[in-house]
Amino acid sequence: MSLQSRRATTAYIFLAVPLLFFLGIRIAPTIYAFLMSFFKNGGTGFTLQNYQQMFTSHTFWRSLLNTLLYVVITVPCQLAIGVGLALMIGRVKRLKGFYRMVYFLPYITSQVAISWVWRLMYDPSNGVINAFLGWMGIPAQSFLQSTNESLMSVSVVIIWQASGFAMLIFIAGLEAIPKMYFEAARIDGASPWQIFWRVTWPLLNPTLVFLTVTGVIGALQTFTQIENLTGSSGSQAGGPLHSTISMVVYTYNQGFSNFNLPFASAVTVVLFVLILLVTVVQLRILNRSFEY
Amino acid sequence: MKSRTNVTAIVIHIVLWLGIVVVAIPFLWMILSSLKSLPEFYSFDFLPKKWDFSAYTYIFQQTQYLRWYGNSIIVGVIVTASELFFASLVGYTLAKFRFRGRGAIFVLILSTMMVPTELLVIPWYVMSAWLHWTNSFWGIMFPGMIEAFGVFLMRQFMLGIPDDLLDAARIDGMTEFNIFLRVALPQVKSSLSALGILTFLGNWNAYLWPVIIISTQGMRTLPVGISLFSTADNGGGLQWNLIMGMSTLAVIPIVLVYFIFQRQIVEGIALTGIK
Repeated sequence: MSLQSRRATTAYIFLAVPLLFFLGIRIAPTIYAFLMSFFKNGGTGFTLQNYQQMFTSHTFWRSLLNTLLYVVITVPCQLAIGVGLALMIGRVKRLKGFYRMVYFLPYITSQVAISWVWRLMYDPSNGVINAFLGWMGIPAQSFLQSTNESLMSVSVVIIWQASGFAMLIFIAGLEAIPKMYFEAARIDGASPWQIFWRVTWPLLNPTLVFLTVTGVIGALQTFTQIENLTGSSGSQAGGPLHSTISMVVYTYNQGFSNFNLPFASAVTVVLFVLILLVTVVQLRILNRSFEY
Repeated sequence: MKSRTNVTAIVIHIVLWLGIVVVAIPFLWMILSSLKSLPEFYSFDFLPKKWDFSAYTYIFQQTQYLRWYGNSIIVGVIVTASELFFASLVGYTLAKFRFRGRGAIFVLILSTMMVPTELLVIPWYVMSAWLHWTNSFWGIMFPGMIEAFGVFLMRQFMLGIPDDLLDAARIDGMTEFNIFLRVALPQVKSSLSALGILTFLGNWNAYLWPVIIISTQGMRTLPVGISLFSTADNGGGLQWNLIMGMSTLAVIPIVLVYFIFQRQIVEGIALTGIK
């Protein structure tokens, strides 16, 4: 056996178990999920009924709309807070490491535990947030219990927890920009404002693309916070009156509370298509508009 | 000019400290609330009227909380070890061996990154029911034993290892597996620890799949335990002091570990984010 083919054999041996795993745990189930979305619940044979039922369901459209709202509310806020913090921390000389450490802390803590803490803080009658608002002369709000405020309240929790990640990546992105660009701009007499928009921001493009794509994909999959902020025993999460329901919460309710797995599969197929679409479109647009 | 710079710096420090208050309040509120007695939740008070530790004794004596803790540690450690081993082995093979089908295999593995977990949980559940994997450690763990992201990351870092180093080991007569284990792996230690931290944290906080696959109290992981204890176990009102006690016990150790290893954690995550 030649050296070349002996090496190749070694490679195949190394890859055998992981490849079987990828095929069995990732690829086959992906195909099965698509097939399953055409199954009849509890019966045999293929049907389009799941999709028909889904596209005529008011709750489905509500969950789709809410999911898009979570995206457009949480992602820009995370990015804005993240870049603001990164710039401020980059500007000060003392306590840099301390600030970075504290602001990143929420990101690593349990989403379930944090959601329950916020749920307590949001309590309309005895919550700390309303106490604080009252102290400032603002009337008490009902937050998670009002259909108008619930989605925003969930979004605040998500933003509170995820902004530190954007900050961290922005700090790394800022540090990767060669200092001479800033010096050159300063020597040319550019104002701090001009330096930010003409030098820093364009050079942060790769960071921005990365954070936007991961942020949008994460927001499309919002589940844990909604489940723990709005769920209670005996009733499904996503309330009040479906005002906070996301596509994943809808999938979970349909699949694992109502035990209609084929229908739930159809919803996840839509989610999959959405994630794919968003990724492709975003990469194109963001890469193009910042090219020089 | 000098004084203006100082003023700007002071303003920034003030804004950053206000932000820290916003970050800190939920943590503070969680701890304070865990030390209140249940009737105190019917009115508002910032500090507990009487410092009451009974929530903690109840959690340790009357619930299976410690068991959930143990389950989370078992799942986190095994999945992380498996992910590190397989991701680096596959990453190494794809980076350092030439063989037919290498490109196709790499693309195949990468393509699984585009499929969201949400699409997979339903087939996984059907599969687990069929193979009797539900409500077992293996059932909770199998989806995470190897992931495409780790493979991609480790391949990137393995590409940077000089071939001469590996060839020298071959001339010395080391087996291919030993070369991977003793020559290649030590070269990518820092990226291994970054991937390890990410994987462990991801598993420690995982919720969607565990809540689907776990059906008994004894098998729960920490997030599932807290979530279902708060809702399903207590049909009546929310037992806020217990919920906050459980949350505190789940969050505080992670915060302490984070404070000790924050440099490695923060830099590891920044490193993997940029790659």
